[in-house]
Amino acid sequence: MNTSFQNFLWLLTAVLGAGAVGGIALNRGETIDALWFITAAVCIYVIAYRFYSAWIASKVLLLDKTRATPAERLDNGRDFVPTHRWIVFGHHFAAIAGPGPLVGPTLAAQFGYLPGTLWILIGAVLGGCVQDMVILFCSTRRDARSLGQMARDELGRLGGIAALIATFVIMIILIAVLGLVVVNAMKHSPWATFTVAATIPIAMVVGIYMRHFRPGQVLEASGLGVALLLLSVASGGWIDGNTELRGWFDHEGLTLAWWVMAYGFAAAILPVWLLLAPRDYLSTYVKLGTISLLAIAIVFLSPEIKMPAFTQFVDGTGPIFGGKLFPFVFITIACGAISGFHSLISSGTTPKLLTNELDIRMIGYGGMLLESFVAMMAMIAATVLDPGVFFAINSPSGVVGKEAIDAVAKITSWGYPVTVEQMQLLAKQMGESSLFARTGGAPSLAVGMASIFGSVFGEHLLALWYHFAIMFEAIFILTTLDAGTRVGRFMLQDMLGNIWPKMGETSWLPSVLFSSAIVVLSWGYFLYIGVIDPNGGVNILWPLFGIANQMLAAIALCVATGILIKSGKVKQAWITGLPLLWLIIITNCAAWEKLTSPDLRVGFFSAANDMATKLASGALPAEKAAIAPQLIFNLHLDGYLTIFFVVLLWLIVLDMLRMASRFLLGQTVLPSTEVPHRQTQLLAEWIRD
Amino acid sequence: MLKRLKILWAGLRQLSGDDAYERYVHYYTTHQMHACQHHCEPLLSKKEFFKRWQDEKWQGIKRCC
Repeated sequence: MNTSFQNFLWLLTAVLGAGAVGGIALNRGETIDALWFITAAVCIYVIAYRFYSAWIASKVLLLDKTRATPAERLDNGRDFVPTHRWIVFGHHFAAIAGPGPLVGPTLAAQFGYLPGTLWILIGAVLGGCVQDMVILFCSTRRDARSLGQMARDELGRLGGIAALIATFVIMIILIAVLGLVVVNAMKHSPWATFTVAATIPIAMVVGIYMRHFRPGQVLEASGLGVALLLLSVASGGWIDGNTELRGWFDHEGLTLAWWVMAYGFAAAILPVWLLLAPRDYLSTYVKLGTISLLAIAIVFLSPEIKMPAFTQFVDGTGPIFGGKLFPFVFITIACGAISGFHSLISSGTTPKLLTNELDIRMIGYGGMLLESFVAMMAMIAATVLDPGVFFAINSPSGVVGKEAIDAVAKITSWGYPVTVEQMQLLAKQMGESSLFARTGGAPSLAVGMASIFGSVFGEHLLALWYHFAIMFEAIFILTTLDAGTRVGRFMLQDMLGNIWPKMGETSWLPSVLFSSAIVVLSWGYFLYIGVIDPNGGVNILWPLFGIANQMLAAIALCVATGILIKSGKVKQAWITGLPLLWLIIITNCAAWEKLTSPDLRVGFFSAANDMATKLASGALPAEKAAIAPQLIFNLHLDGYLTIFFVVLLWLIVLDMLRMASRFLLGQTVLPSTEVPHRQTQLLAEWIRD
Repeated sequence: MLKRLKILWAGLRQLSGDDAYERYVHYYTTHQMHACQHHCEPLLSKKEFFKRWQDEKWQGIKRCC
């Protein structure tokens, strides 16, 4: 293809992308076609990948195809293995894409479709993708070391400790909020509860099959597992219809929360091959399959977006979570725009497979672009619902009232008409008794997905699609939950090992039981409070998770910026420095709001004080008064946790700035731990293409 | 067409780890036999290899949000 024709194509992409973004930004009509969103996203991704990531790769990071990667130098045929780039891409994407990009955009849709959409697009191409790519680069040049190790080696001991603690705390909050999402999807839904419960024995069957019956036959076993999963979705409908059996699976949120905790504890102490590994295989197949199916359905059907560009809730009065558009849209959508957690996969795990440095661009930058696209689809699936229905599903009973009639009256009064009949019909179609107050994002996403799929495969299958979508989300939420609990256990054992070496032995049973119990109790506490909180728990937990995740991203960007400055790339350090600055601004503003806002649904301390006053004066109804002391304690705890996050963040930012200024003044800093160049022996082309 | 399907199948096997043992045997025969003269680790059986591969794979953070 000649150059002028290529240039013309790029210009066309740019014009098309700009047109699509302009179209969705300026549209004030009743509805807008989802195809505009897809077009805007794809054009922006393609241009950013072609130009920005190429510039970073060749001018900033100076990727060197002749340099041997850790996979080549340390090749051991097991974990360090030079691997074809598309396979690495698959592993990397499967590892970074979890429930985050599905839940965050669904919740942020309360502001309207536009703020979330713009943040997903801009945040990803300028922030998240750059973070993932630069961290992947840094770790590849350092024998695939983890983020915590790099922070310690490059910034200092303080940085290392901060990264370790941040990772641990974010894990606890993440597991709690994800547990809450699953509990809200399962409560009083025998069909969903049965399907989710069935994934556990199915995973065990698959685990035993691969370990003992036919060792190593992964695909065979996974095929069996996926077939059983689909069967369990279908048979859930039969259970639901059976008056006797359905009682076994019809539970209150709190009962389910205890079960989720018991499950997390079991998963942390059972051998990985029995539960964790097979469940992960299943969730990966189901995840990749469903996401591809959703993408195809959205592109071909191009459903109408019914949510307005902005809602009145940008002023901070939103029913799903309190807080103004700035900074809370940036906190609510973390995964999908920029997610600190990715830096843990980009360092340590993925670099062990890279065959050639040039692949860093496609895997680091490209992988995150794809995750951002998943977030876009979640945004589309949430906004194709009638806004009235969206708010009816997602508003907690503490905000709109417990009775259906009160809830619809309240939601209609906001200007989003919805009726009790409409909700009853929808619930019946989806095979549920009620869809009110199912806060958390999973059920509304499932309704959105079911209506998209239902329009292709027939309306009579709506209930099946809904429960398939619930199973799809639940299975990888539980995978994150059990993998997270186990990792938390290892981290805790490691930390305790510094105090009493015996505790550090990962196979010593008392230590295993003790540390697993501590980890489960930690997230279990937040889950418990989230379930009993009449305001839905998500209102408190999701912003806390967002702040923690963005803080981890800020730590990763500090490490990246520090390394860039130390390598003499001071002039280009803005590629990570600017996203870092933005994260510092939003996390600090959000933390400030959470600590000082007089709005009872935003400020932790004002809510605690208000509740304490009401409790003392006897103004609370009996059922609320019973749980008030726990809620007050929790609000204080959340407030102090927020302060802790901010202090941790500033410690590491100041540590990085100290290191950078010493370097610029010509004083001594910790030496770079980059491994010296060694010529690759791999005939790169045949293995890569 | 058949060739493409074969590549796709091979990719799927590699992505899932279905062919991990075959790759290990290949690695062993090309590396280990030449590399060590005095002390050699014997070739693991499929069951033993899979056990070790799975346990190693699950050390550390492997899944994200």
